[in-house]
Amino acid sequence: MKINELIESHSELTDTAASKSAVVLMTRIRLARNLAAQPFPGWAKDAQKREIRDQCMQAVAALPQMKRGLAIPVESLNELQKQILVERHLISRELCHAKSGSGIVISKDQSCVVMVNEEDHLRIQVLRAGFQFKKVWAAINQLDTDLEEHMDYAFSPKLGYLSACPTNLGTGIRASAMMHLPALVISSQMEKVVRAVNQLGMAVRGLFGEGSDASGSIFQISNQTTLGESEEGIIKHLHGVLTTIVDQELNAREKLLETDPNKLFDKIGRAFGILQNGYLLNSGEAMNLLSLIRLGIDLGIFADAQRAVVDRLFIECQPGHVQHAAKGAFEPTQRDVLRAGRLRAEFAKVTAPDFSNAAK
Amino acid sequence: MANPLKCDLCAKPATVHLTQIVNSKIHKVDLCEACAQAKGVTDPSGFSLADLLLKASLNPEPAGDTKCESCGFTAQDFKKTGRFGCPACYGHFSGLLEPMLDTMHKGSAHTGKIPQRALARKSLYERLTQLETELDQAIKAERYEDAARYRDEISQVRSTTGRKAGAKHED
Repeated sequence: MKINELIESHSELTDTAASKSAVVLMTRIRLARNLAAQPFPGWAKDAQKREIRDQCMQAVAALPQMKRGLAIPVESLNELQKQILVERHLISRELCHAKSGSGIVISKDQSCVVMVNEEDHLRIQVLRAGFQFKKVWAAINQLDTDLEEHMDYAFSPKLGYLSACPTNLGTGIRASAMMHLPALVISSQMEKVVRAVNQLGMAVRGLFGEGSDASGSIFQISNQTTLGESEEGIIKHLHGVLTTIVDQELNAREKLLETDPNKLFDKIGRAFGILQNGYLLNSGEAMNLLSLIRLGIDLGIFADAQRAVVDRLFIECQPGHVQHAAKGAFEPTQRDVLRAGRLRAEFAKVTAPDFSNAAK
Repeated sequence: MANPLKCDLCAKPATVHLTQIVNSKIHKVDLCEACAQAKGVTDPSGFSLADLLLKASLNPEPAGDTKCESCGFTAQDFKKTGRFGCPACYGHFSGLLEPMLDTMHKGSAHTGKIPQRALARKSLYERLTQLETELDQAIKAERYEDAARYRDEISQVRSTTGRKAGAKHED
């Protein structure tokens, strides 16, 4: 598979039928793995790094899960292609900035990705739309075990899988869920939630990970510690916390409907108006408007079928996707015109909100 | 006093002795008055022994010029980047790492997944290498009965590992 084919083809996140899940948009697990007796990518010489990359990419691409997928060195991708992969949550921003000797292997359905020579030799990742920790863990555990057949991992019986950064030591696991929490944001409870989650040893980040903002009321919540607890234990613990947050969000929605439905309906209605008629929309504003529409769908104000459309637009209104759709490089202001145009066209097809359906 | 305690930071006689329990672990420090002042030990609300210990252990002086023998990574490099150079660094810098693990993680020992297949492969490979050395020695010493036994064992190990391990070893 070629990179352009991959970008054009359906992906787990942009075209999933399973997008019936309110609140949890996506489940993702990654494992950090390194080869025994080889310097970590940040310390390896260029030639060593390339050798490690070739060895890893060959082994990964040969896995049955990666059949007819894409395996490509990072330096043969252009900036826009890299940006699109970041926007689909397939690769990290760090990997984009990697000078040379890094690579990517992506499965055909874009649910499994292995980054080679990012911070670690191997960053194995599986993602699925919805709240699916069991499935995702089963898939990634299998992928990891299959890979282990062909590679000797750096492993210590006492410290577990050895990673470049000691914060990933042990299991090397980071399990995360992308959550849509508009009611907690509207009712100003998010700060409290973030504090509580942090106290439980978990991290809250914005849509695109570390340092990104929480536009669209979308947050990524993940475990922070990796040593001293089994993978299943870590996932179970995180799952429990996430379930509580889902309940909190649903409670906050009910409360908003009870105390001031007019204000909430007004926000949703205005969002629909702007999406149907706006002419300049930056990605932050577009995300926030789409977030309100998604909340409207969850409340029954719009048809259920629209949820998959909104979830796709969350990704397709990002700068890389907007430029790709318009086939060129565009300045931010031009992108705002293009984005608004795309959203106008999408929302011209959407039936007007029916507020009487809410809270039933 | 026969053996007055020295300050952990500057080696002057220590006059401040502090014990703190963090995460059910006891940490002790002995400091001279000047260092105690400087580190804010006298202000009980704003002082964390863990931070102090962490900084003291990250200090390049006690760690000295330790260098990972496998990859040449130094303690200073770790201080600068927060990353290690290679898997062997974990052994070389264990003194630096261990005090950090408690604050960083839930525990300091791995209880998760083990790469069973890779480890089994490794232990068989090691067994094979060991047997071959013993076989060589037995032949040299003209202990032919032992040599025959080693040879049988080697072929047995090879047949269990299949072709993969055999190919890896010069066959």
